Amino acid sequence: MSTSSDTKPDLRTVDNAPSPVRGTRLTLHAATLGRPDASVLEGVDLDITPGEILTVVGRSGCGKSTLLRTLAGLLPPLAGKISQDGQSLAGPTAERALVFQEDALLPWRTLRANVELPLAIRGLSRPNRRTQAEAWLARVGLAEQARQLPHRVSGGQRQRAQLARALAGAPHAVLMDEPFGALDAQTRAGMQDLLVEVLHGTGATVVFVTHDVDEALFLGDRVALLGAGRLISVREVPRPRERAAHDNPARIALRREVLTSLGS
Amino acid sequence: MSRSAPRAGRYRRPFPPIGRYALRVAALAAALGLWQLLTGLDVDLWLRFSQFPTVTDVAHAFADRLLGADYWTDLTDSLTRILTGFLLAAVVGVAVGVLVARSRLAEDLLGPLLEVVRPIPAIALVPVAILLFPSNEQGIVFITFTAAFFPILVSTRHAVRALTPVWEEAVLTMGGGQWRILGSVVLPGALPGIFGGLSVGLGVSWICVISAEMISGQYGVGYRTWQDYTIVNYPGVFVGMVTIGVLGWLTSTAVELLGRRLTRWLPRTSYVPGARPAAPRAPVPARQAPTAAHTDQPSDTEEARDEHLV
Repeated sequence: MSTSSDTKPDLRTVDNAPSPVRGTRLTLHAATLGRPDASVLEGVDLDITPGEILTVVGRSGCGKSTLLRTLAGLLPPLAGKISQDGQSLAGPTAERALVFQEDALLPWRTLRANVELPLAIRGLSRPNRRTQAEAWLARVGLAEQARQLPHRVSGGQRQRAQLARALAGAPHAVLMDEPFGALDAQTRAGMQDLLVEVLHGTGATVVFVTHDVDEALFLGDRVALLGAGRLISVREVPRPRERAAHDNPARIALRREVLTSLGS
Repeated sequence: MSRSAPRAGRYRRPFPPIGRYALRVAALAAALGLWQLLTGLDVDLWLRFSQFPTVTDVAHAFADRLLGADYWTDLTDSLTRILTGFLLAAVVGVAVGVLVARSRLAEDLLGPLLEVVRPIPAIALVPVAILLFPSNEQGIVFITFTAAFFPILVSTRHAVRALTPVWEEAVLTMGGGQWRILGSVVLPGALPGIFGGLSVGLGVSWICVISAEMISGQYGVGYRTWQDYTIVNYPGVFVGMVTIGVLGWLTSTAVELLGRRLTRWLPRTSYVPGARPAAPRAPVPARQAPTAAHTDQPSDTEEARDEHLV
């Protein structure tokens, strides 16, 4: 964490504080999810603890995205209760950022202007949000591309910009809907690394949906398995976690150095 | 488009294709030459060109007109009418289009009314205009407005409905409200479609303003053209027609250029038929066919777009 203290934007947490967790607890209690005409998941009981990374795996169409959109507040539950830190969800807010699989960047805005959007919504002044947006883009390795339009950068860079945009809003929870699903294997591995590095220190609760079991086991503290219209089980990923090796500050510093000298 | 200096490297364009301009001028000159030839030789095959004014007749009449005060009064009158009607239609058309596309209540309330009025040709509203408005002037603006309103409304409605839902959801999960969505997603996202409607609307507006002036105007290019016709001044009629053509072309070019300026973000195809190499460039053999996922550097081929040619 100390390696990034000079460039890191305001994260609501003091950088070297002992416990930087500002994550949030998300609870589903006997929840039925889906659209009124077709429920997708029934009787879901799930407690997502502050600051954890919960990965959700399951086949296509098993309701992973529905779960995520419900947690985001975009889809009200059909039955049961969903709460954040004990309070029922009432629609989408900036506290729970959503990262989409497809291009959700606004194509008429440059990457920087896209990252500035949540900051503008929070009411930051123009110069302030500009510096913060640039700092976030630098953190995901896009300092050079800040003034490019989304369609002029690669798919991996677009997803990195989306991650920067989600985190710039200082959310308590980041909900990710197969964010790397459309990327090739190599880009994907780099993105997983970056995710671990960037999330390290933000302390946000992460719900990460994927259909890739390896990805789920690599990233998650716990893995939720969905299938046949219900939550099958939630499994703790055994320690030491594979991703912990990627979490190592020395490794992160080296990686940053390599990226910088490669100019990417 | 030439003021791209601050973005050099992204929208840099090496040379204006003088050859293409020359080709366009030559095509126009050839058409005029053919006209002069057919009328000058009094060609009377099945089509009768013997009664037709020659290009030189029209040019003389044009020169005479340009010296008189009436021509400029006609010009400014017509322009004032069309700009007033068209700008009103642009504002109201976009507003109603967005409203109808975004609100079910508005769609139910306004939809049937709009659909019934839409098929009525604006020029058929002349009696309505005469009954409703105290002056001819306002009636003509009303007809111009109605003409442009519907194409703009319909294009806006379609463009707003076709917006990608994740854009809106993304803004919602950043804590944005309806006004933020309107300003940051709906309007910019619908802009390409809106400009389609504006272009069509402007064309229909010209047709209607000229027709309305012919029926009920005092001054105006349409009025003058009809006057010349009734006094059998055929070169004068052609002066009017040429004037309408040039004004229409200039105004639609203005809309087109503004549209391109505001929608520069649109990804365009890199393929330009018959394009010449953009600039003397070092040969780059290995990176000729970058795949979409790996183009880390902006591809240069997009520079070959012909935005400056309208």
